[in-house]
Amino acid sequence: MISEEKLYQDDIVKRIKIFTKQEIFPYADSFDRDESIPKEIIEKIANNGYLSLIIPKQYGGTEINSLTYGLVHEEIGSACSSVRSLLTVHDMVAYAIKRWGNNEQKDRFLSKMAAGEIIGAFALSEPSIGSDAGKIQTTASLTARGYVINGHKKWISFGQIADLFLVFTRCDGMVAAILVERNTAGLTIIPIHGMLGLRGSMLAELKFEDCIVPEYNVLGRTGFGFSHIATSALTLGRYSVACGCVGIMKACLASCLQYTNERKQFGVQIKEHQLIREMITNMIVNTKAARFLCRNAGNLIENNDPDSLLEASIAKYFASSSAMKVASDTVQIHGANGCSSNYPVQRYLRDAKIMEIIEGSNQIQQLYIAKNIYQQFESLGDVA
Amino acid sequence: MENTAISVELRSFIARYYRADLLKEDDDIFAIGFVNSLFAMQLVLFMEKTFDIKIGSTDLDLNNFRSIRAMVQFIDRKSAEATSKD
Repeated sequence: MISEEKLYQDDIVKRIKIFTKQEIFPYADSFDRDESIPKEIIEKIANNGYLSLIIPKQYGGTEINSLTYGLVHEEIGSACSSVRSLLTVHDMVAYAIKRWGNNEQKDRFLSKMAAGEIIGAFALSEPSIGSDAGKIQTTASLTARGYVINGHKKWISFGQIADLFLVFTRCDGMVAAILVERNTAGLTIIPIHGMLGLRGSMLAELKFEDCIVPEYNVLGRTGFGFSHIATSALTLGRYSVACGCVGIMKACLASCLQYTNERKQFGVQIKEHQLIREMITNMIVNTKAARFLCRNAGNLIENNDPDSLLEASIAKYFASSSAMKVASDTVQIHGANGCSSNYPVQRYLRDAKIMEIIEGSNQIQQLYIAKNIYQQFESLGDVA
Repeated sequence: MENTAISVELRSFIARYYRADLLKEDDDIFAIGFVNSLFAMQLVLFMEKTFDIKIGSTDLDLNNFRSIRAMVQFIDRKSAEATSKD
């Protein structure tokens, strides 16, 4: 017997497939070319509830379970990684507020975020600080007027259009996560253009010059900004990116199956050539393996399991590395056609490269994964 | 859950990552160097899942997580709060 939850999940996935096919995929190349997602598309995304996926029902959200969330991100990721990235960063901020915000902050922001009236953006990276995120240099000083923020954030996805930034600052030597609204005096937003991939994700630099925000805008408590707020939000982000990478691989595979059926060389369809079949086989296996790792991470996240942090990293590392290899082989199979703007596969390759860098570079994931397993081995004398 | 049982569960979890066999009830796990940012969040998830409590922003106080004894007392308090709400 099929459970009610499974039927609900199937219905959401069916709807997102239709939405993606009709509203996102046909325009994904133009988002990439124009380096922008039009406002009306974002409104359609919001009106269909896709900006409310992790927000509780009491705030107008849909709060779907983590496995379904992953399936939605896989579908959207198969059509356009920039749109998937919109959901990722928006959800990371919504998640942080849901998880660590007080009731006043939840009341103020979550309903509007669920409706898409407020777009969230996650402001951690700085010009000199990427992977070494604990060393952020943007400062926040608590004064009688509130927190005074000074510093510079960079590579902030959807910073060009976001209404609410979750800004990680150094405050009294500790990390504080502070909610900063777009129209706050002292905040200057500078668009970034000309990126390699995820070109529709409307990156921006944020400059804070004596930017004053109320004391009640601090999320959680000072000192827990990185260890708890950023870490928990990044786990969701890594899971989303991993599922999005499965989507990229699925799109690559579909393109390759069609192309190798149609294209003829040496008198036969190129799918008859063994070296093509080898690449196709590797794509299938990598896609399936990454999907299993994503399902595993999704289950653990859903159950609030402490291992969810490690498994989300493993899924992100494997899925993004695999997506890069799969997308590279996809362009190879498509030859010159694959390098032209007439085929989306060159976009998949450029987007896949970004996946190896965002939400913690793959080298950071490798260090974390190995460190975690060494710790377990040294403590227990065994590994799971 | 009895406090002794909570202590055993906490030790068992910490022992997955660190040699905790010599850890005393009042040893400061931050001072010893047991806690990095990832372990801190893993510890929160473990406590929520194992002891059926919800840790929110007002609970973010290092003193709640500093030692086995502090964690036992914190879990005891959170469990009592949850029971009184039911």
